[in-house]
Amino acid sequence: MRRTRHRALVRSVGGLFAEILVLLAFLSFATSQCFGGPDPSPANIFRPSSTPADEVFHIAIFVLIIAAVIFTVVFCLLAYALVKFRRRTDDDGREPAPVYGSNQVELAWTVLPILIVLVLFLATARVIHSVEDAPKPPAAVEVIAIGHQFWWEFRYPALGVVTANELHVPRSDPAHPTPTYVELHSADTDHSFWVPRLAGKTDLIPNRTNNMWIDPHEVGIYVGQCAQYCGTQHAKMLLRVYVDTNEGFRQWAQQEAQPARVSDAVSEGRRVFETTACMNCHAISGTVADGQFGPDLTHLMSRETIASGAALNTAENLRLWIRDPEAIKPGSLMPAMQLTDQDLDAVTAYLETLR
Amino acid sequence: MSSDSIAFNPAVESTRPIGDRLHDWVATVDHKKLGIMYILYALVFLVIGGIEATIMRIQLIVPHNHFVSPQVFNEMFTMHGTTMIFFVAMPIMFGFANYLLPLMIGARDMAFPRLNAWSFWLAAFGGLLLYFSFIGGNGLYGAGGAPDVGWFAYAPLTARVFSIGHSTDFWTLGLVVSGIGSIGTAANIVATVLCMRCAGMTLGKMPLLAWMNLVMAGLVLLAISPLTAAQIMLSLDRYLGAHFFDTQAGGSAVIWMHFFWIFGHPEVYVLVIPAFAFASEIIPVFSRKPIFGYPVMVAATVAIGFVSFTVWAHHMFTVGMNSYANSFFTISTMIVGVPTGIKIFNWIGTMWGGKIQFKTPMLFCIGFLFQFLIAGLTGIMLAVAPFDWQLGNSYFVVAHFHYVIVGAILFALFGAFYYWFPKMSGRMYNERLGKWHFWLFLIGFHLTFDFMHIPGLLGMPRRIYTYEPGRGWDIWNLIITVGVFFQAAGILVFVCNLLWSRIRGPVCASDPWDAWTLEWSTSSPPPEYNFAVLPVVRSRRPLWDIKHPEDPDWKYE
Amino acid sequence: MSSPSLTPSLPESAWILPSRGRVGMFCLIAAESAMFTIFLVAYIFYIGKSQSGPTPKDVLEVPIFATICLLSSSLTIHFAVVALRNAKSSLFAIWWFVTMALGTIFLVETGREWYHLIFEKGLTISTNLFGTTYYSLVGLHAFHVTVGLIGLTIGMILALLGKVKQEHNERADVFSLYWHFVDVVWIAVFTVVYIIGR
Repeated sequence: MRRTRHRALVRSVGGLFAEILVLLAFLSFATSQCFGGPDPSPANIFRPSSTPADEVFHIAIFVLIIAAVIFTVVFCLLAYALVKFRRRTDDDGREPAPVYGSNQVELAWTVLPILIVLVLFLATARVIHSVEDAPKPPAAVEVIAIGHQFWWEFRYPALGVVTANELHVPRSDPAHPTPTYVELHSADTDHSFWVPRLAGKTDLIPNRTNNMWIDPHEVGIYVGQCAQYCGTQHAKMLLRVYVDTNEGFRQWAQQEAQPARVSDAVSEGRRVFETTACMNCHAISGTVADGQFGPDLTHLMSRETIASGAALNTAENLRLWIRDPEAIKPGSLMPAMQLTDQDLDAVTAYLETLR
Repeated sequence: MSSDSIAFNPAVESTRPIGDRLHDWVATVDHKKLGIMYILYALVFLVIGGIEATIMRIQLIVPHNHFVSPQVFNEMFTMHGTTMIFFVAMPIMFGFANYLLPLMIGARDMAFPRLNAWSFWLAAFGGLLLYFSFIGGNGLYGAGGAPDVGWFAYAPLTARVFSIGHSTDFWTLGLVVSGIGSIGTAANIVATVLCMRCAGMTLGKMPLLAWMNLVMAGLVLLAISPLTAAQIMLSLDRYLGAHFFDTQAGGSAVIWMHFFWIFGHPEVYVLVIPAFAFASEIIPVFSRKPIFGYPVMVAATVAIGFVSFTVWAHHMFTVGMNSYANSFFTISTMIVGVPTGIKIFNWIGTMWGGKIQFKTPMLFCIGFLFQFLIAGLTGIMLAVAPFDWQLGNSYFVVAHFHYVIVGAILFALFGAFYYWFPKMSGRMYNERLGKWHFWLFLIGFHLTFDFMHIPGLLGMPRRIYTYEPGRGWDIWNLIITVGVFFQAAGILVFVCNLLWSRIRGPVCASDPWDAWTLEWSTSSPPPEYNFAVLPVVRSRRPLWDIKHPEDPDWKYE
Repeated sequence: MSSPSLTPSLPESAWILPSRGRVGMFCLIAAESAMFTIFLVAYIFYIGKSQSGPTPKDVLEVPIFATICLLSSSLTIHFAVVALRNAKSSLFAIWWFVTMALGTIFLVETGREWYHLIFEKGLTISTNLFGTTYYSLVGLHAFHVTVGLIGLTIGMILALLGKVKQEHNERADVFSLYWHFVDVVWIAVFTVVYIIGR
C-alpha cells in the first residue's frame, strides 16, 4: 500500500517534471533553430527583414518573456503544491483544515494581472499604430495585388507592368526609403498575403480594399503563401518576393513593361495559342490575347516557377501543365487543353520565347 | 427512508426483454438516461472526428504526400472541426449537465423533461444530417460531397458559384437543426437551476457546477442565434438569390465573419466553462478541502460570460480593420484573460494545504491545470494583434486552440468521466487502466500539440493539404503525426476500461470518493426519482455537514 | 450514506423559486432577441449600399394601420389574461379572439404590402441589398407572428371547448409574454425600416 502510493506520487510528480524537461529540451532546440545557425526556414517569423516584421518581432519577444515569467511562477506554485501537499503514506486520515478563501490574496492576484495587461496593451497599441498608420513616402513603389483562385496577379500602375505570382520589389535603404505599398483586392473569394520575413499577413477580400507595406532591408528571395483558405488548391497558392537592388528593380520593371518578344521560329505555336481557347484567359501584351481570368504570360520566362509556385518553370513542366494541369495542381481552374502532341510542342516552344 | 436501499441490482435488470429496455431509452424523458445518451452519442463522434484527424495527419506526415486528394483533405478538416465542436464537445457538456444538475441541486428531474428529450433527438438528428453529406452531397458518384468550406465557412467561398452541389447546405442544415436543440437544452438548464433547487439551496449555496452551467446556458442562448441567423442568410443567398454575402452585388464577406465570430467566440467559452465546473468539483474532493474562494469563482465566471461577447474580432485581426478597432479587440481579449487566470490561482489555492490523492480523475485535472495555463498564455500572445498578424491562420493558432480543447477541455472531461462513472453505472472503473490512459494520452497530446506551435512560428499556414519541403516544417509534422497514435492508444484503453468496467467492474456504493455534494447521497446508479425525500441543505457541502456534525460548513461559510 | 434529510431549518412555504414556465419563456425570448438583433444589424449595415434597383424611399409606404392593429393586440391579450385571472372565462375568450383577429389583420396587411412591392414595384429578395434585407427582416418577424397565431388558435379552440379555467391563467400569461415580445420586435423593425432606413 505504501509503495503503491509512493509510486503514484513519484510517477505523477516525476511525470510532471519529465514533461517539463521535454518541453525545455524542445524549446531550446527550437529557439536555437530560430535564432542561431544557418536559416533553417525561409519563412521564419523570428528572422525579420523588413520594418513591419521587425516591429512584430520586438513585441513578440516582449510578450514571450512576460508569458515565460508568468508560466514559471504559476508552474512552480503548482508543482510545489503537488509535492508539498500530497497525501503521505503515513496519513492519519484526518481531513485538513478547510480554508474557504482570502480576500487579500484574491485582490493581489487580480490587481497584478490587470497591471500586466495594461503594460502589454500599451506596448501593443503603439506597434499597431506604427504599422497600420505609417505614412506613405513619395518614393514608394505602388503595387496592386489581386488574389485569384489559385494565383496572384500583380500590377504596377505607375510602371505599366502586369505580372503574376512572383513579386519584384526594390530594397529599401533607411536613408532614402523606397518601401513598397501593396493594395490588396480579390477577384473571387478570400485570400491572405503572407510572406513572414517581410510582414504580418493581410487578407485579400472581394469588394474590399486592404493595404499593407514592406521595406525590405536585404536583397534576396522571400517565400510565403496564401494564408486564408480559398478552395481546393489553397495549399499551392505560393508566393515568391524578389528583393532587388534599386538598379536591378528598375531594369526588371523596364523589361516587364515591354510587349512580348516576337519570333518567327515559333509562329506555329503562336497561332495555336491565339486560335484555341488560351487567349480567353491569358494576356500577352502586343498580341490579340488579352484574357483576364488567368495570369499574364507576356514575360512568362522571367519567372522561376509556374502555377503559382507549384512547379519549376522548365519546358517539361510547362508542357505537362498545359497537357494535364491536374497532374501538377489537382483542382486548379486551368482546364486541360486537349491539344495534339504536335500543337502542344509548338505552343510550349512559343511560350518558351516569352522572356 | 434512504434511496440507498433501492440499490442497483444488475441481476434483475438483465432479465427484462431487450425490446422493453431499448424502448425505455428511446422514449425516455429521464434526465439521467438522456444525459447518458448525449455522452455516448458524443463519444461515437469523438472517434469519428479522431479518424478524420488521423487521416489529415497521415497526409501531412511528409511533404508532397499522396495519402488523400486535396478535395478529401479539405472535407476532412471541415468535418473534423464541425464534428468536434458541435457533435462532440457540445453534446457531451449537455449530457453531463443533464445528468448531474438535478442530482446536485436536489431535484427529481430537469425543469422541462419532454423539452429535454426533444432537444436531444433534434441535436442527434443534426449530426446524422451532417454526415449524410458524405453520400448525399453530390450523389453517390465519387467520394460524396461532405462540406469542404472549413468549419467557419467563410463567405463568399460558400456561395453557390464557389461551392457547387449541396455540401454546404448539409453543413448549414445540420447545424441549424442541432442549434435549435441546443437552445432548448440551454433554456432547460437555466430554468432548472433557477427554479428547481431544493429547500435551503440559495444561489450562493449551490455547487459551482450549477453556477457554471447556468452561465454556459446563458451564453448558448445568446450566441447560437447569431450563427443560426447567419446560416439562414447564407441559405437565402444560395437558394432565393439574396445578396447578404454576395460581394458581386455589394454584399460584404466581412459581415459573415462578424456574425460567425459573435457566435464563435462565446461558443468556446460554452465549451470551456463546463470544464472549469468539473475541475471545481473534482479538485476539492481529491485535495480534501473546499474550493478556495467560491464567491470569486462565481464572479469570475459571470465576468468571463459577459466579456466573452466583446472579443470576437480577435479572429479577424488580419482582415484590415483600422488601428482603433484592432486595439479595442486587443485589450478586450487581454481583459478576459484576467478572470480566467484568477480561477487557476483559486484551484491551486484549493490544493494548497490539502492532502492530494492522485487518483485518475485528479491526474486528469492536474493535466488540465497545467495545459490550460499554457493555452491561456498562448492566447494572450495571440491577443497581441501584431503578433497575430504573423501567427493568425497558422499552425500556431491550431496548436493554441487544440491546447484548450484537448489539453484543457478533454482532459477535464476525462476527469469527469472517471469521477462520475461509478455513480452513473454503479460500478468502479479499473484504476490501473485509468492511469495507462492518462499517461498514453498525455505523451501523445504533448508530442502532437507542443511541437505543433513550431511550424506556425516558421510560417506554415493552416488548412493546407500539403506543404513545400525546404521550409523547415518537415520534422515537426512528422513528430506531430507520431503523437496521434499515442492519443489513439489512450482512447482505446479508455473505451476498453469503460466497457469492461460497465460489464464486469466491482459494484460500487453511493459515495466511493467520500465527496460532499448531493449526488453522492443517492445510490449508484440513482433510482429514477433521484431522491425519495427531497433534501434540505444548509451549506455548500451538505454531505460534509452530515459526516461532520461537530464541525459543519454552515458555521463558517 | 443516507439521504440528507436534515431537520428542516426553513418551513416549506418560505422556499419560493421563480416559475419555470416564465423563466423558460424569457430564455426563448433572449435567444430570439439575439437572432433579430443580427438581422437588424444586417439591415442597418446595408442601408444605402444597394448598387441598383428601387430604394426604400421609392417603394415603402408606412404601415400605420397594421402597426396599430399589432400593438393594440398586446393590450387585448393583456385584458384576456387579467380576465382569466379573475375567473371570467368568457371575457377571456372574447379578448383572446380579438387578439387573434388583430394579429391576423397585421399578417394580411403585410401580405398585401408584399404583393404590392413584388408585382407593382418589382422589388424581390434578389433585386438588391435593400430587397434582401427588407424581406428577410420583415419576413422573420411575420414568421414569428404566424407561430404566435398558431398558439393563439390552439388557445381559442381550448377556450371554445370550455377547457380554459382560472388555474390556467399563469400559462396564458407566459404565452402572452411571447406575444408582447413579437410586438416589441415590431417596434424595432418598424423604426429601423420605415423611419431610419427610408
